Amino acid sequence: MLSMSLLLPALPEIVLACSCMALLMVGVFRGNNVTRSLSWVAVFSLLLVGFILSSIQTGRMTAFGGQFVVDDFAHFMKWLVIIGASLAIIMSINFNEQEGIARFEYPVLILFAALGMFMMVSANDLISLYIGLELQSLALYVVAAFRRDSLKSSEAGLKYFVLGALSSGMLLYGCSLIYGFSGTTSFEGLATLFKGLGGAEPGVGLVVGLVFLIAGLAFKVSAVPFHMWTPDVYEGAPTPVTAFFAVAPKVAAIALFMRVLMGPFGSLIAEWQQVIVLISIASMVLGALAAIRQDNIKRLLAYSSIGHVGYALIGLAAGTEAGVRGILVYMTIYLAMNVGTFCCVLAMRRTGRMVEGITDLAGLARNQPMLALAMAIFMFSMAGIPPLAGFFGKLYIFLAAVEAGLYTLAIIGVLASVVGAYYYLRIIKIMYFEDPAEIFDRTIPREVKIILVGTALFVTFFIIRPGVVVEGAASAARMLLTG
Amino acid sequence: MIIQAISFYLFGFVAVAAAVMVISARNPVHSVLFLILTFFNAAGLFVLIGAEFIAMILVVVYVGAVAVLFLFVVMMLDISFAEMRQGFLQYLPIGGLVGIVLLAELLMIGSSWIIAPATEDLRSFPAPPIEQITNTHAIGMILYTDYIYLFQGAGMVLLVAMVGAIVLTLRARPGVRKQKISEQINRHPEDAIEIKKIQPGSGI
Repeated sequence: MLSMSLLLPALPEIVLACSCMALLMVGVFRGNNVTRSLSWVAVFSLLLVGFILSSIQTGRMTAFGGQFVVDDFAHFMKWLVIIGASLAIIMSINFNEQEGIARFEYPVLILFAALGMFMMVSANDLISLYIGLELQSLALYVVAAFRRDSLKSSEAGLKYFVLGALSSGMLLYGCSLIYGFSGTTSFEGLATLFKGLGGAEPGVGLVVGLVFLIAGLAFKVSAVPFHMWTPDVYEGAPTPVTAFFAVAPKVAAIALFMRVLMGPFGSLIAEWQQVIVLISIASMVLGALAAIRQDNIKRLLAYSSIGHVGYALIGLAAGTEAGVRGILVYMTIYLAMNVGTFCCVLAMRRTGRMVEGITDLAGLARNQPMLALAMAIFMFSMAGIPPLAGFFGKLYIFLAAVEAGLYTLAIIGVLASVVGAYYYLRIIKIMYFEDPAEIFDRTIPREVKIILVGTALFVTFFIIRPGVVVEGAASAARMLLTG
Repeated sequence: MIIQAISFYLFGFVAVAAAVMVISARNPVHSVLFLILTFFNAAGLFVLIGAEFIAMILVVVYVGAVAVLFLFVVMMLDISFAEMRQGFLQYLPIGGLVGIVLLAELLMIGSSWIIAPATEDLRSFPAPPIEQITNTHAIGMILYTDYIYLFQGAGMVLLVAMVGAIVLTLRARPGVRKQKISEQINRHPEDAIEIKKIQPGSGI
């Protein structure tokens, strides 16, 4: 009984790990013809994990000698991961069948990636941080190259793998420096140590370690200057995988970013704030400027996601509870917008083949007015135009920055989002005011339609009941900071 | 005591000599075999200082897996090592210089190395006395209790690596004939043999 209660905080992870392995066994014995039902079982087990997660949630608990922590923050982030992973599996079912890559490993690998993200979000030790990150990344490398007969997909997988391994190396180097100069890997130990410094300069070794750690994490959220892999990987990977990449790993990596910097390194804010400010500005500016010249919709969304990460990092640079709350709200809205947009991209199919050019959207409003309307809603929201949800995400972030006195950062953010609005609005202009291109196949699967409508409604009507998300985010942020 | 000293010098000498042979042997296969010899001698040195677990791991992992993998690569890839070694003498001066600089740096760092006096007490898992408990036992006690989470997590990482390798490379090849013993045993004579009654002199 005693041992059971010790494991209780990690019950969702244990259930998820067991269902990964069970699904893998079923798949190995039954072959690829059970892929469809296996995918639905995977979605079901994710929801089951979510249910367990919500039912055992009581304040802050640690397990495994303090290497693992659950709190409201982890709870909030894990729900985002569950939603992102479930939607990625559902979106892929018909797509993979049409593309001839319906293999049972896909849902299993997505589940493994989700498990890694769970471990990242709950990490309370430098080693568990690394193990979670590696589990997630390894599964993602494989799904990026999932269409293995396509040159682009293999290239995406290989590029992601090589650069990801490099970033893991940097992260590990940073961790080892931090461990070497502090003597502990536990977040609590580090927090006590840094509080004990009482504002004195930490050793230069610790600061170098911290910078390497930030570099490794910045790679995982694809912030400038570690963004080079993003456009190629987004373009090459199968579209549902790209949708997954754009949401879940970023949510988990941003969560880890906040957990590490606001937790153990919270009292060293003077050391890391300028690094985050720099990364944030560079990401916003590059995201806004580089996207203008893109004509492939997936590449454009890649640059757009780099920009969005830049905005989210503003909240981190603020280093306050309001900033964390802003990030959580931003990531929730970002997830809905991106999943919806990728559902629209999935519908871009002509005579059975995917098309990805922005000009292929020309005149969509006349051919498929509903699809064009949904796309327009997402584009307006990403540009941050009120009253859509994207506006509120940016609002909370900029508010936090202003409250923390980071006026320059907030102003650059607003300017970058004005520049960014250009390419979002350009897509709307192409859809509504240009001569129609050839019509798309009307073969949007029902479940993708449901996701599309659901996310569009969320983005449109967020203004009516923002409380649900914002209050959850606020209590999560409070718990992250007070511990 | 004297046996220990003799074995130390024996292991040490063979290890260094084998290491020199690794880089000077003409045949790459011989190089790998000398590498294995080096590993074995290093394992012997570990046994001498009482770290028998690391010694066994060295043999199992490095000899059993890594060196054999090297051997496979050397034998399967047709690399002309003689060509690669051309210019060895040409680059020797600069390479040697870099080596000497590195050695000097290491010596400088090593000689000024100080371990803080309180370090011993700070350890979260102090090593138990070697008379009471073996290495393997001590590592197991930490690995399967305090670090079980990380141990299992690492296990999941390896599982994903294996699944990934299979997903990306395994292809069902058509036209490959496999022996299925159960099918062979379950065959009946009626399925396989057709008996024809042939009239004498008429042929089939």
